Amino acid sequence: MADTTSTTAAAPLTTADGRSLKAALATAQSRAKRRALFLVLPLFLFIVITFILPIGQMLHRSVKNDGFSANMPAISAWFAENPAGTEPDEAAYAALAADLQAASAAKTIGVVGTRVNYDMPGTRSLFTSSARKSKDFVAPFKESLLAADAKWGDPALWGVMRQVSKTYSGNFFLAAVDLARDADGKIIRAPEDRRIYVSLFVRTFFMAGLITGICLLIAFPVAHLLATLPLRYSNLLMILVLLPFWTSLLVRTTSWIVLLQTQGVINNSLVAGGLLSEENRIQMIYNQTGTIIAMTHILLPFMILPLYSVMRPIPPSYVRAARSLGATSWTAFRRIYLPQTLPGIGAGALLVFILAVGYYITPALVGGASGQLISNLIAFHMQDSLNWSLAAALAAILLGAVLILYWLYDRLVGIDNLKLG
Amino acid sequence: MKKVLILSTALTSVAMAASAEEISVMSWGGAYATSQIEAYHKPFTAQTGVSVINVDADNPAAPIKAQVEAGNVTIDVVDLEYADAVRMCDEGLLEPIDPAILPAGADGTPAADDFLPGAVAECFVATIVFSTLYAFDESKFPENPPTTIADFFDTAKYPGKRGMRKGAKVNLEMALMADGVPAGEVYALLETPEGVDRAFAKLDTIKNDMIWWEAGAQPPQLLADGEVVMTTGYNGRFFAAAVAEGKPFKQVFDGQVYEYDGYAIPKGAPNMERAKEFIVFASQTQQLADQAKWIAYGPARKSSGPLVGLYQDGKTEMGPFMPTAAANLTNALPSSYEFWVDRDAELNERFNAWLAQ
Repeated sequence: MADTTSTTAAAPLTTADGRSLKAALATAQSRAKRRALFLVLPLFLFIVITFILPIGQMLHRSVKNDGFSANMPAISAWFAENPAGTEPDEAAYAALAADLQAASAAKTIGVVGTRVNYDMPGTRSLFTSSARKSKDFVAPFKESLLAADAKWGDPALWGVMRQVSKTYSGNFFLAAVDLARDADGKIIRAPEDRRIYVSLFVRTFFMAGLITGICLLIAFPVAHLLATLPLRYSNLLMILVLLPFWTSLLVRTTSWIVLLQTQGVINNSLVAGGLLSEENRIQMIYNQTGTIIAMTHILLPFMILPLYSVMRPIPPSYVRAARSLGATSWTAFRRIYLPQTLPGIGAGALLVFILAVGYYITPALVGGASGQLISNLIAFHMQDSLNWSLAAALAAILLGAVLILYWLYDRLVGIDNLKLG
Repeated sequence: MKKVLILSTALTSVAMAASAEEISVMSWGGAYATSQIEAYHKPFTAQTGVSVINVDADNPAAPIKAQVEAGNVTIDVVDLEYADAVRMCDEGLLEPIDPAILPAGADGTPAADDFLPGAVAECFVATIVFSTLYAFDESKFPENPPTTIADFFDTAKYPGKRGMRKGAKVNLEMALMADGVPAGEVYALLETPEGVDRAFAKLDTIKNDMIWWEAGAQPPQLLADGEVVMTTGYNGRFFAAAVAEGKPFKQVFDGQVYEYDGYAIPKGAPNMERAKEFIVFASQTQQLADQAKWIAYGPARKSSGPLVGLYQDGKTEMGPFMPTAAANLTNALPSSYEFWVDRDAELNERFNAWLAQ
């Protein structure tokens, strides 16, 4: 159909100088487009440099770790030449000895040992101590190395070395979901006393959902009040909502500590009022309760504000009309008012949920052991264990999960129905 | 007008010259950083004119690794725990320090003999011996107060919340000692899976009564708030709270775990020469002894020992509060860096999993 029209159409339109109108228009518009691009270029570059590149680089780390391959080139080459299951021969031991000598001289043996240690705990000292003795290694290297430490003959160690000799691997993602590889490279579950991440992911999403729910329950009436009160009262209320926004997050979190701790304001008043005996002070902080209370408070404005911006323009006459047509107040609310606030509920819930899933400082301060979220473990691997690849893998999973939820939300509610204010 | 211009130009150039001469030292904050500022930073500035900027961190090892790996080092001197320093030296994150530059003791003993055994490593010069031990609130246990590490784990006899550092190090050793393992056998036992299981089983008994701390300033605060009745912590911090602030805290040296802490230079430090100069200055006999005037950490030089006298208040004798005092060493464990350099990642992973269960 389209083909026939184009072939049967008259000669193409031309401009005064004989050029095709289509081409002339394209030139003129491309100049405008270029100018427009030029205008957004700074913003685009800013986003690329400050957002996409660092995140991309970090995610790249989750699959790339060249701690072994870059510093132990000879043995890595041997692994690449010989298929899995090959018995390590004299050439392998010679390569290993040469690498240990080189890494010892270059002071990179610690990096190598740390990398192997991630996959096989307790092996770091094998590398560092052997590197110290590496000057004395002589042919035949197999005997020489085994004399330095019998662990070099362990097939499991060779299996692990083969895996970590690959610069790119999915092992950190496996570790991030409590899986591991055995000596033959088969995927198995991590030992029971090491399984932690899956349950933490579940807990993180459960708590984020719970906090979102509580925020919605509290924020809905507050936002409604804000939207319907006369201006002079609602302004005052608005300031009360915004005030926490202007206060440092740390100050807000630590004030919850003052309030909630067992010798804190709330427990003290309950005891003084005779409602609680001295021995039965309630533990409200350094556990999940503390995390939920503090995070709900901190995230509340993110729920109130989108709700408010949606409720404000809803004419009160709609509900009045419904009432006058015989609807009960519950029906009027459910059928008339609530549906109109849905874009605000969606926006607020999405915002609070996504913020809560990645929250870090509040659970770290008031969460104790049971209130920790996955972000605390990411911080642990970034700052304490310095296993950045595992931290990146955990973060990538978290990011992926949030993106899936976002996509689900788009399918179910529609992202166009989102109103952030 | 011209005069003003000349004057202001002169002033600016003086200011710029002054600002060029400064070094940054990263340490642990709180009473400990104060002791370093008083004993090292101020006298160093007075002597050389180089100003010293103090930067605080919960554990300086992590930010230093990040800085070196990112190639953006802003710190010249860093205060590290021994095990961290050895590990980071192996990974090439620290600058080697030639032991020959270290000054001889005030009595003329060469540095190599004057420092305590092992206190000088390839990239590290120890300044103090510090201890992790537990302290309790005396007002909570007026009669029959706790005296042993086993009492810390005995919630039936001494009810109330406990505090411990969030991590495997020291906690596992203390758990085994409380379980009756002699200090000399702790690390041999922890090398075995049964030993680790036994330590975690002991920690299990007080898990529900535990509040975990992360920064060194937290334990005295938790005790003062009444949030815990006893907590582990660094002995210098407890001393500062008890003596300087008059809190009713009593330290229990039984089952203490002590180790070196000291200075290192990050690889690629911007003012390398000044950094070395600072370390040489700070590790002198008199300076190390001076630090003990501000905090109850034992100096890492033998020749500094006799010079340690009174606390800065002029009346408190420091000797009994030192982790290295003979009376405090009856059941004490020197922390093994060989063990922790190797097992840190593994045991912390297990600890985290245990915590999350």
